Amino acid sequence: MKELVCIVCPRGCRLQVDEENGYAVTGNSCPRGAEYGKNELQHPTRVLTTTVRVTGGVHSRLPVKTSTAIPKALLFEAMEMANAICVAAPVQPGQVIVENLLGTGADLIAGRGIAKG
Amino acid sequence: MATYELIVVGGGPAGLAAACQAWEKGLRHILILERDSELGGILNQCIHSGFGLQRFREELTGPEYAGRFIEMLGDTGVETRLDTMVLQIVPGKDGAPHQVHAVSAKEGYQVLEAQAVVLAMGCRERTRGAISIPGERPSGIFTAGAAQRYLNIEGYMVGRRVVILGSGDIGLIMARRMTLEGAKVLACVELMPYSGGLMRNIVQCLQDFDIPLYLSHTITDIKGHDRVEQVTVSEVGPDRRPIPGTEMVFDCDTVLLSVGLIPENELTRAAGADMDRRTSGARVYENMETSIPGIFACGNVVHVHDLVDYVSAESERAGAAAAAYVQGKRAEATARTLELKNGDGVSYTVPQTVRPDEAGKTVEVFFRVNRVTGPAAIAVRDGEGNSLTGFRRAHLAPGEMEHILLPGNLVRSAKGPVTISIEEDKGGSAR
Repeated sequence: MKELVCIVCPRGCRLQVDEENGYAVTGNSCPRGAEYGKNELQHPTRVLTTTVRVTGGVHSRLPVKTSTAIPKALLFEAMEMANAICVAAPVQPGQVIVENLLGTGADLIAGRGIAKG
Repeated sequence: MATYELIVVGGGPAGLAAACQAWEKGLRHILILERDSELGGILNQCIHSGFGLQRFREELTGPEYAGRFIEMLGDTGVETRLDTMVLQIVPGKDGAPHQVHAVSAKEGYQVLEAQAVVLAMGCRERTRGAISIPGERPSGIFTAGAAQRYLNIEGYMVGRRVVILGSGDIGLIMARRMTLEGAKVLACVELMPYSGGLMRNIVQCLQDFDIPLYLSHTITDIKGHDRVEQVTVSEVGPDRRPIPGTEMVFDCDTVLLSVGLIPENELTRAAGADMDRRTSGARVYENMETSIPGIFACGNVVHVHDLVDYVSAESERAGAAAAAYVQGKRAEATARTLELKNGDGVSYTVPQTVRPDEAGKTVEVFFRVNRVTGPAAIAVRDGEGNSLTGFRRAHLAPGEMEHILLPGNLVRSAKGPVTISIEEDKGGSAR
C-alpha cells in the first residue's frame, strides 16, 4: 500500500494505492483521482509549462505548455528542446509551436498571443 | 469631466470579472484603469497550469485563464485605460458620484467621475522577512514573484544555486521553475511547522525534484560581498526562535523570499474605508461593498486567495452589486447588520458583516483557520451559542482557504452575532 497526495486539483486528496491489488485507489473524491493514483505509480506524467524565445513581439518570452501530460522522465529533455526554440511574432493563442514533442504525442502550444511590437 | 457609471481600479482577474459582470447586469458606461501595459495582472507571469478547474472545468495556465476573461471583455463595450495609475479616490457625499484621480504618460492627470467604484488592486509580496534576516546585504535576494517576472516575462535567470525562504505557493512554483531551467534548488525553508502552500504544490514542485522542505527552520545568516555566497539555516523552537547548534550552511548565489502577500490598500485607506486588521483589506458586506456606499472591493485587495477561481466568483458578486447600486438598489444606511465573529481556530472571515435583509438565497463566507487540524467541524453559532449549521472537513490548514455557504433564511433569523469556529473531533470519533 502506497500513500500519495493527489495533484489533480487543489483539494489534495490523500490517496492509498494498493500495488498488489491492481493499483486499486482509495481516498479519492473523484474518478480523476483514481486515474492519477493508478498512473502515478506505474508511469507518472506531468504537463510541462515553460517559455520560449520570441522575436519581434511586444514581449521577448512566450509562455508554452504541453497539450497533454508527458512522461515525467522526459521533462528535462523537453526543457532542452524548448530552450532551443525561437518563434517570430505575431503568435496566436493556442498556436502549435512544436508538434508531437519528443514523440510523446503531445504538442507544445502557445499559452497566449503575442502581437508584433 | 468624464463620467462613468462604474470605474474599476485594476485590470487583473478581479477587475476583469467585476467589469464583465457589471456589463452583463446592464451597465453601459464602465471603465477599467490598469497601471500595466496590458490586462491580466499577475496571471501573465504565472505560466504554470492549475488555474480554472472550478471555473472552466479544465486546467489552464495563468495567461490562458486571463485570456478567457480578456476575450469576454472584448465582447462588451467596457473601456480600458492602460499604463494608468490611480492616485486617489475621493468618495462622493450622500450618494454623489465618486471622483477618481489618475495619471498616465499619454493623457496626463485625469479626474474622472463614477457612481460606483470597484477596488481590484490585488496584493504585493511581503518583504519584511528580508529586513529581519541578519547578515550582509549582497545582490541575489529576490521576492519569489519578482524572480518569476524576470524569468517568465523578461527571460532572465536570476541564479544557479537557490535557497527559498517561505513555503508559500509562489515560492514552491518557483522552486520547480528554476529547477526545470537548470538551477539547483538546495532547500525550501519554512518558519512554521506546516507549509503555507497547497499540498499539491509541495508534491509536484518539491517532492518531484527531491527538493528538501525544512519545516520549523529559518535563515539566520546571509554572507556575500557583491553577490550572495552562503546562507545559514537554523531550526526554530516552538517560540520560533533559532536553536543554537542546529545551523546548516548552504553555498548558494540566490535567495528567494516567499513569505506572504499583503493586500495593496493605499487607495482604500486614503478614501476612508473601514479596514480589517486581520485581512489588511477593507471590511466588506456580503455584496462586497465597503463601509463607503458605492465603493466595492474584490479579489486579493480584500483578502489573499489561494485560487483565482474564487477571485473571479467573488469579483462577479462585486460587479453585480455595483451594477445594482448604480441602478438604484442601494442599501439603507439604517439597514440591519449582523457581525460574523471569529471563534476558536478562525483567523478572519470575509464578509465581516452581513446585512441580512439585503442577502440573497445564500451568503458565501470565506475564511482561514489558524492551525492545522485533522477531521473537524466548522461550527456556525448564533449569539446565544445555539448551533445554526455545521460543515464537515477531513482536514484544515491555514494555507488552504475555506468557504461555506450560509442559507439566507438562516442568516435572517439569526439572533445576535454569528460566530464561526473550528471544533476538532476528539480522539477521531465521528460527530
